Amino acid sequence: MAQHADIDRQVKTYILVFVSLMVLTMITVAVSRLHLPIAGAVAIALVVATVKGGLVASYFMHLISERKFIYWVLGFTVAFFLAVLLLPLWTHFEPITY
Amino acid sequence: MEIPYTVAERPDTGLNNGKIGIWLFLASEVMLFGALFASYLMMRIGAAEWPRGDSILNVPLATLNTVILISSSVTMVMAWASLKRNDFGKFRLFMGGTVLLGFGFLIIKYIEYSAKFHHGLFPSTNTFLAIYFTLTGLHGLHVVGGMAVNAYFWGPGSKLWKTDPEHFTNRVENSGLFWHFVDLVWIFLFPVLYLL
Repeated sequence: MAQHADIDRQVKTYILVFVSLMVLTMITVAVSRLHLPIAGAVAIALVVATVKGGLVASYFMHLISERKFIYWVLGFTVAFFLAVLLLPLWTHFEPITY
Repeated sequence: MEIPYTVAERPDTGLNNGKIGIWLFLASEVMLFGALFASYLMMRIGAAEWPRGDSILNVPLATLNTVILISSSVTMVMAWASLKRNDFGKFRLFMGGTVLLGFGFLIIKYIEYSAKFHHGLFPSTNTFLAIYFTLTGLHGLHVVGGMAVNAYFWGPGSKLWKTDPEHFTNRVENSGLFWHFVDLVWIFLFPVLYLL
């Protein structure tokens, strides 16, 4: 019975997250129509996408209440993901010159 | 031989093996898409000119696809929640909805791709289209894979519910984790390719 009540609470959260994701999607599209300078547009788009991704990962993928082992796996993944993304950029901005 | 720890938690990790497996797999998937995002970034900053996505791509259709994929994530998590409530009928309904929404996503992608090909826009046309087709094509393959697994659990795979409901619920949770990951990738692909 306690488990059912717990699931009922979670379902309400899922609906709230769904509404938030829809609103954030509309915000992303609306902001893109403003044709802001590229730096501002990229920053806003990435912040909104990160919030949306955070909501999906936290609630739909239950990361908000997951075991420590999963956090360790994801911690390493995030570190390597950032390395893959940023190391090539580093070579771009500081190229070897002869 | 029975597979160990499909329901019970392993004492050392505190998780069942299926969940550890899917998370390790998703970690490798993050690196796969990460490498492609890094390629996109390098090509974009290295290019003399780069088109805004909305000057070439169909934003209304992509917005509709975003809505469809987010909705399918909700139906997916509701399918799992239905099993937790011992309501197999609702599970079938939500899981069927998830598969159908995935199908809808692919139909719209097909319309988008067809329009591009019809206008003579191919991966070989320019760098933007090359990375667009690579990223969305790979993502589309993930949608197909997720749909196949979800359809299996909706159909023949659901027999497990009768004999081992907890194991079946865990399997649905794991396929859900993959499906949400596919949604998450699209959440980043949409602004990066279509709006910026």
